[in-house]
Amino acid sequence: MATALGAMTHTQEDTGLWSWLTTVDHKRIGAVYTVAGFLFFLLGGFEAVMVRTQLAVPNGTVLDADRYNQFFTMHALTMIFLGVMPMGAGFFNYFIPLHVGARDVAFPRLNALSLWIFLSGGILLNSSFFLGGAPNGGWFGYAPLSSIEYAKSSGMTFYVVGLLVLGLSSLMASLNFAVTIINMRAPGMSMMRLPVFIWMVLVVAFLLILSLPVLTVGLLQLYFDRVWGTSFFSPSTGGDPILWQHIFWIFGHPEVYVLILPSMGIVSEVLPVMSKKPLFGYSAIVFAGAAIGVLGFGVWAHHMFTTGLGPVPQVVFSASTMAIGVPTGIKIFNWLGTMYGGNIRFVTATYFSVGFIALFTIGGISGVMHASPPVDGHHQDSYFVVAHIHYVLFGGAIMGIFSGFYYWFPKMSGRLLDEALGKLNFWTMFVGMNLTFFPMHFLGLAGMPRRIYTYDAGMGWDTWNMVATIGSYILAIGVLVFVVNVIKTMRKEPDAGNDPWGGATLEWAIPSPPPAHNFDVVPEVRDRDPLWYNRDHGIAPTPVPEHNHIHMPPPSYFPLIVALGVLLIAVGALSTLAIVGLGAVVSVYGIWGWALEPTD
Amino acid sequence: MAAATHEPPPHVTEHHTTTGIDNRKMMMWIFLASECLFFGALISTYLIFQGESLVGPLPHEILNIPVTSASTFVLLMSSLTMVLAVYGAQHGRLGMMKLMLLATILLGLVFLGFQAYEFTSFVHEGLGLTTNQFGSSFYVLTGFHGTHVAVGVLYLTSMLLASQRRTGLGADRALHIDLAGLYWHFVDIVWIVIFTIIYLIPH
Repeated sequence: MATALGAMTHTQEDTGLWSWLTTVDHKRIGAVYTVAGFLFFLLGGFEAVMVRTQLAVPNGTVLDADRYNQFFTMHALTMIFLGVMPMGAGFFNYFIPLHVGARDVAFPRLNALSLWIFLSGGILLNSSFFLGGAPNGGWFGYAPLSSIEYAKSSGMTFYVVGLLVLGLSSLMASLNFAVTIINMRAPGMSMMRLPVFIWMVLVVAFLLILSLPVLTVGLLQLYFDRVWGTSFFSPSTGGDPILWQHIFWIFGHPEVYVLILPSMGIVSEVLPVMSKKPLFGYSAIVFAGAAIGVLGFGVWAHHMFTTGLGPVPQVVFSASTMAIGVPTGIKIFNWLGTMYGGNIRFVTATYFSVGFIALFTIGGISGVMHASPPVDGHHQDSYFVVAHIHYVLFGGAIMGIFSGFYYWFPKMSGRLLDEALGKLNFWTMFVGMNLTFFPMHFLGLAGMPRRIYTYDAGMGWDTWNMVATIGSYILAIGVLVFVVNVIKTMRKEPDAGNDPWGGATLEWAIPSPPPAHNFDVVPEVRDRDPLWYNRDHGIAPTPVPEHNHIHMPPPSYFPLIVALGVLLIAVGALSTLAIVGLGAVVSVYGIWGWALEPTD
Repeated sequence: MAAATHEPPPHVTEHHTTTGIDNRKMMMWIFLASECLFFGALISTYLIFQGESLVGPLPHEILNIPVTSASTFVLLMSSLTMVLAVYGAQHGRLGMMKLMLLATILLGLVFLGFQAYEFTSFVHEGLGLTTNQFGSSFYVLTGFHGTHVAVGVLYLTSMLLASQRRTGLGADRALHIDLAGLYWHFVDIVWIVIFTIIYLIPH
């Protein structure tokens, strides 16, 4: 058909702005997610460096108390919702169809809509800096710090509306990914042949699908409290601040696994290829991932041991939290077993994966320490917890994502990242990360509370704070080395070829970067490591038929219109109801156009 | 599914999926799972605030069970007409489908009318959104349910308007009505839970 041909000739060759705005190609959408996520990651990093600069010496004067609160709150929100999740979503978008052997995701236009809504939400949240102050009550938004009484600026309203918008984007993306993985697999790609990365994405998708609605309810109630004067979370009129903590952490703890599972998946792809042997214990690692997903819904109150839950809930949540350490530990042994006896190539991707295992294990162990309520009573709200979360989220999630960058950048761009700069990138980040976050264990045990904007000299905290700040500068330099590496690599001729690593999964059989339709012939999968199986059994690729009729979805601008409508609704929720109405009309118009648009 | 489709349009057969379930139908089911948690959180909030109101009016002083039973009956009947609309779509009976869609829309609007009446009379009797914890959790829970009904009415109205452009139905078209039906029944079932918890179980 004419439109299908149009799509084939348009999506890959066209590079104009309009082609990017109307694209429904999962690879382009994934690329925009990755780049945008990385830019937000740099912004969040800048906020972190400012926070560390303020805390470098006692009685610092770089940021005042209010600005400090805005910076640490926006650092967390940016890193979690605008950095790590979108960089993960970038990989999901790009590699789910390639890994399962599909030409695109199940709902290409919905995919574009998720992207545009994510960008709207990110910009909206950050615009608060210029519109009366950013959110300043922490990313957890505990009542009453989020109430209109104690947070008078519009910052926390931006928090509510921004997270609602971002949640909508994540929900739609998760629905899309779940259906794609379950329903769009190539012939022979049974569930137990899916790459472990894809399994982890599936768990992440269901975690988000089932936890985001709970956060949505909490945020709506907070919105009612702040804007229309209800008192869901304000005790003076019968409300309950602890209810917010329950609602937030029923979302918030699964969210922790949303951040770490993608990196676990990436490491599970990188290590077998770099060790030249199949993943050790495939089904164990898959079931461990699923178990983490299920148990992840039953541990939320370990964030609340000091709120006076009573002995029975404390015991139950303590036990479930310790139990979730078991499947996590299983994975560590899977990765070690994969490398054991392997012919390991120590390229940068391997470095980051091995770094991930080491640092994540440290963060995991300090996590199990908090699982004990009496110990947690001492750790609560201290820098020990800051050390723990950063070992898990930086040492874990970010190290895994960087491993993914080095592993997949050749597939996405056709160019291999520079190895010498890569090693420098790894070592500066590794040293900087440990120098920043390890001293926080000592600070926490020495009694330094979290979220204080300054401290007096002579508390015994001076030395380690200075060390942590120096570490954060080294870490920032490490990230900039990566930026230099990317710029340098993009200026050279493509040199990667189809398969620079000797990969096992389907994406390595096709050109780098892949054509718009991904596969000339839909692949047939005979093994968990399909390319290795075909190589070892001498199975040649299926010849491309002469009349290869490939049907690709045409570009569409309706996702952009619907996203605009959602943005207007959000802006209206922050200003006046009339704009909400306008946004609703625009959304409905966009959805109608979308529904009536011919797609084939 | 859609046994009586005589000549499926060519593109229908191209939508091959791994499980054999249409992508859109699978997504609707998973979306409804998400919605369960949405209403679960709202209902939990309502239950947690039971007996926490510092001032009246309290539920037993104000809830009008006969009136709401009538509106519940209306909503239940709309599920029946929805089933008939899906039946009409799947069996190629366009006229029946349109008629039953219209009936479902009207019953949904009657339910929303009852809700508007209920909210207005409660406000007159002194129960505002911010009066007490019962008021806040009641209005937010039933309000978001009402919003879901309103979205459903809009959804079905869009289907009805779009069907004016058609002279016949294929399996693909029937699926659209089927999906709307899944959503509509879900909103109906949630109301049964809400009605039971707020109105029927004494506390």
